[in-house]
Amino acid sequence: MKRYVRSFLGLGLTLLALPALAALNVFASVPEWAALAEELGGDQVKVYAATNALQDPHHVEAKPSLIARARNADLVIATGAELEVGWLPLVLRQAGNPRVQPGQPGYLEATAFVSMLEKPLRLDRADGDVHPAGNPHIQLDPRNIARVAAPLAARLADLDPANAAYYQARHKAFSERWSKAVAQWEKQAASLRATAIVVHHNAFAYLNAWLGLQQVAALEPKPGIDPTTQHLSAVLALLQRQPARMVVRAAYQSDRASQWIAERAKIPPVVLPFTVGGDDSARDLFGLFDDTIQRLQKGSQ
Amino acid sequence: MSRFIQMSSAFALALLSVPAIAAASDAELAEVQAQIQQLKQSYEARIEALDRRLQEAEARSAKASAAVPAASPAALPVAAAPAVTPAAVSAGNSAFNPAISAVLQGAYINQSKDPDKYAIAGFVPSGDIGPGKRGFSIAESELGFSANVDHKFFGNLILALTPDNNVEVEEAYGVFTALPGGVTPKFGRFLSSVGYLNDQHQHAWDFYDAPLVYQAFFGGQFRNDGLQVRWLAPTDTYLQFGAEIGDGSSFPGSERSNGRNGIGGGALHAHVGGDINVSNSWRAGLSWLTLRPNERTHTEIDRNGNPAQLEFSGRSQVAIADFVWKYAPKGNARETNLKLQGEYFWCKERGDLRYDSDGALGLTNTAKNTSRQSGFYVQGVYQFMPEWRVGARYDSLDPGRVDYGGNADYLSASSFNPRRYSLMFDYTPSEFSRFRIQYQQSRLQPDFTDNILFVQYILTLGAHGAHSY
Repeated sequence: MKRYVRSFLGLGLTLLALPALAALNVFASVPEWAALAEELGGDQVKVYAATNALQDPHHVEAKPSLIARARNADLVIATGAELEVGWLPLVLRQAGNPRVQPGQPGYLEATAFVSMLEKPLRLDRADGDVHPAGNPHIQLDPRNIARVAAPLAARLADLDPANAAYYQARHKAFSERWSKAVAQWEKQAASLRATAIVVHHNAFAYLNAWLGLQQVAALEPKPGIDPTTQHLSAVLALLQRQPARMVVRAAYQSDRASQWIAERAKIPPVVLPFTVGGDDSARDLFGLFDDTIQRLQKGSQ
Repeated sequence: MSRFIQMSSAFALALLSVPAIAAASDAELAEVQAQIQQLKQSYEARIEALDRRLQEAEARSAKASAAVPAASPAALPVAAAPAVTPAAVSAGNSAFNPAISAVLQGAYINQSKDPDKYAIAGFVPSGDIGPGKRGFSIAESELGFSANVDHKFFGNLILALTPDNNVEVEEAYGVFTALPGGVTPKFGRFLSSVGYLNDQHQHAWDFYDAPLVYQAFFGGQFRNDGLQVRWLAPTDTYLQFGAEIGDGSSFPGSERSNGRNGIGGGALHAHVGGDINVSNSWRAGLSWLTLRPNERTHTEIDRNGNPAQLEFSGRSQVAIADFVWKYAPKGNARETNLKLQGEYFWCKERGDLRYDSDGALGLTNTAKNTSRQSGFYVQGVYQFMPEWRVGARYDSLDPGRVDYGGNADYLSASSFNPRRYSLMFDYTPSEFSRFRIQYQQSRLQPDFTDNILFVQYILTLGAHGAHSY
């Protein structure tokens, strides 16, 4: 037994001595923060996105690959507000990497930097998948991206002071491009203001708030609970009285419920990329919003 | 007559007391009025203060939103302050309460054979491993508490409340969280990380009961009171090594009656895993466990048909090969997913076996004893639509070779191959509830086929737990 332990420890120490990689390893829980880290970090960061746009962010597993990547991360950027509660705490606990634990400089939660919407007034699991801190899907308001970009750039500079000026310059350049793009998107989307929509999951609160879309109903009876025929019928009845222009869902969501409503209410179903990588056009953050607005405009015609 | 007097005197008394009340009221009224006035003033002051704070907060948040307007974000300072001030954290002793969760489990079990006759032919019985009580029963309820202890430790306590009103400590461990380099030491009582299923709690299993290899070789699950050190290699492929030492009192080890110092058992394990592509992920491992059971007793029917007490002291070793493979189309496990897993166990025991150790038969005899046994299970679980899953499992044990040495006159080895077939169907309305039906055919003894139906529920209250891979 003793012999085994000794050789085991020996092997461990040998591997520990492996040289660290030069670039900053960034572990992003969802694709939007991976894209943002790439915008700000350029070639000084190596970004790993733990999930993709076709994955339901509420149903992610603590896969071995995620634990291995968190082990070597210098910075973990998560959405927060309990979006990742089902897997990230476990990944971080198993990663054996004290630098990226909550509270450390290597851990950043995006929701700490934006004003949260839909903070529930009562906390009860009977109300479905409620998030005590508010709706966690903050990424579809581009102004939130800018709000997260600033502290993220600062954090990159803190963790890699040698390249602080580089991150600062990239952030400045990104902010300029971004603010122009936001102004452009707002102009393009002006016609969408007050457009009534139906959504699949309550994942578009920040998009609605930004563009002034009016959410008439959600296909899920309660957040995170799959649509039932009974609830869909009720939504259909509501749409007779209060018509909507389109039914919106995220790329990762099943099309069944929105097709059902679309056919009966005679409104187009619109699939939004939801995050970077959700479709072929949403290759980066700029593409995400270009495509989102285009698809909404097409749906409202 | 007397009744009348009584009534009238009561009436008189009542009348007498009225002015008294009125008099008292005058004085009290003034006092109450003063109090109300006071209250009103204090509330007005508080409301005013709240109003002021609200206005300040609004101004702050307006300023914060204005900090990122479409017009001039270029001027954004690099280290912008958070746009919102964090919500006030509640004060008081309860503010640091750990995450608390409770798991409620229960079942209806229909068995074709008497559960008292449950045994696995040719294998050392390891305690409470049968399918459970017939009819309605609750299974173990679990209470979990976990939190960071301080800047260096994480603590976790899981208590099992058994249906017969006992409390058992399932796990109670601390984790040293501050070590760099992927090293994670854990100490206390914990479910060993050997194999795949061993460190998962019952409510996370995909079937009602543990695989047969776990029941036969571990008596359910292997627990250690001791120390575990895990090390995760700094590679993009998951590569984890672990070593454990402990008291080794969990089966196939035993409580050490002679109270020796030192280590009762140890384990080594290595796991490797990763993603094949976005849809497929896997993990595989090898584990080895060594224990020193001392005077471990059980009862067995001997060649003469008498129940004889046997006592084993020596060395037990268990080796496990495990794998799990998961498929989810495009990585999205929400709609459909498939999980395949299997584990192979080898168990080797060598030591002294004392036949008729309590002398009940008057034939007490100690002889060398060696055994090599093995077994495996494979199972698949498929979620065919959101919330609904089906699964199948096949269990098999190989009685291997058991050499009773000088006890061969009294004891005979079994050549029967115990098997079990299970089918499972479950419904998961949310992450916090699950209902399951399981049908199972157990052939654990020659000419003894038990058909069992389980109907089970699992409810989780409180903190949102995270399930391991």
